[in-house]
Amino acid sequence: MISVSMTVNGKAVSAKIDPRTLLVQFLRENLLLTGTHVGCDTSQCGACVVHVDGKAIKSCTTLAATCDGASVVTIEGLAHDGALHPMQEAFRENHGLQCGFCTPGMIMSAIDIVNRKGHDLDEHTIREELEGNICRCTGYHNIVKSVAAGAHAMAPK
Amino acid sequence: MYAFAYQRPTTVRQVQSALGKHDDAKLLAGGQTLLPTMKQRLASPSAVIDLGHVAGLSAIEKKGRNIVIGAMVRHADVATSDLVREAIPALAALAGGIGDPAVRNRGTIGGSVANNDPSADYPAALLALGATIVTNKRKIAADDFFQGMFTTALDDGEIITKVSFPVPAKAAYVKFPNPASRYAMVGVFVSKKGSDVKVAVTGASNEGVFRAAGLEAALKAKFNAKAVEGVAVDGSNFISDIHGTADYRANLVNVMTKRAVTKALGK
Repeated sequence: MISVSMTVNGKAVSAKIDPRTLLVQFLRENLLLTGTHVGCDTSQCGACVVHVDGKAIKSCTTLAATCDGASVVTIEGLAHDGALHPMQEAFRENHGLQCGFCTPGMIMSAIDIVNRKGHDLDEHTIREELEGNICRCTGYHNIVKSVAAGAHAMAPK
Repeated sequence: MYAFAYQRPTTVRQVQSALGKHDDAKLLAGGQTLLPTMKQRLASPSAVIDLGHVAGLSAIEKKGRNIVIGAMVRHADVATSDLVREAIPALAALAGGIGDPAVRNRGTIGGSVANNDPSADYPAALLALGATIVTNKRKIAADDFFQGMFTTALDDGEIITKVSFPVPAKAAYVKFPNPASRYAMVGVFVSKKGSDVKVAVTGASNEGVFRAAGLEAALKAKFNAKAVEGVAVDGSNFISDIHGTADYRANLVNVMTKRAVTKALGK
């Protein structure tokens, strides 16, 4: 067992874990933050995407131990005071989901795209940048619409 | 994933001594290949030595006429580095096309080079640019480093610390991604410096990345896409699988080379 300490959604957490614990396991099983999903478990589907030190990563392909000292944000860390994050709101407004399983990863990736590429995203850019997130229901159309709308809504007023 | 001892050294010397203490230790860089391999139980190292906190492995520098990239530099950082984009835009573009954005935020150049996956993108760049792999023990020319699928010149206890790339006059990388996995079925990196032309091919051969001598000769005579036309590519040792036959891949090498030359010429 090894000790890890990190900040998750603004809260300091520490635990003794088996070194082979994946970040997604740590989040779901130790912290009970089950919004981050395990879809493929082979780093292809993106349902497990969270932010580590501000960057989107696949938490099923990251050891919790390597995140010692890091700041992690999950889907649960986005809404504040009962108000959805603008990207969450955009997915709701544009019906950017059907079953919802991929949605946490889609939203975490979408926010990362905005952080890197700005608020004015064309359809081609969004589709290219969502390469690492798979949705089996929607055909992506409304997801792309949601990301574009969310990106605009995230712009400073 | 089987259990392992986890080590977190902070200097290259400590990494070396940790490697010496475990029979079957693996170095963990970005983990984008190692962790999936361990999850499938295709690898079960007794110890995992995390390079994430080792000092001095994460810089991108210009040294004379070379771009020097630390082993732990992530693909996303190479793709967006002003230094790399200005000096070797083809290398920045290659890094920006590996995996997907989340994978690029973790995966590292050192990890990719040490793994020498037969479909990896970076090995083609190192070969075609005539890069030098710097380890804790020595410097190795790319031509001597890649020794067949998943095989390199690295000895036990040897750690890649950086990769040095001479700046070419012209260069480009073009790959034909598998439509499902997005791995390169064939990727060709072409570079020109003075009268020297190098063509490196990834994804195609059972022996991993290699330089295509016939294509290089044709392009040395005349550096344009037409020069490559009709130049035969020997596919006798190429990969044949459900995605494409060896002959198909051999043809792709020619086509990708043409496209890469056209791109290198800025057309």
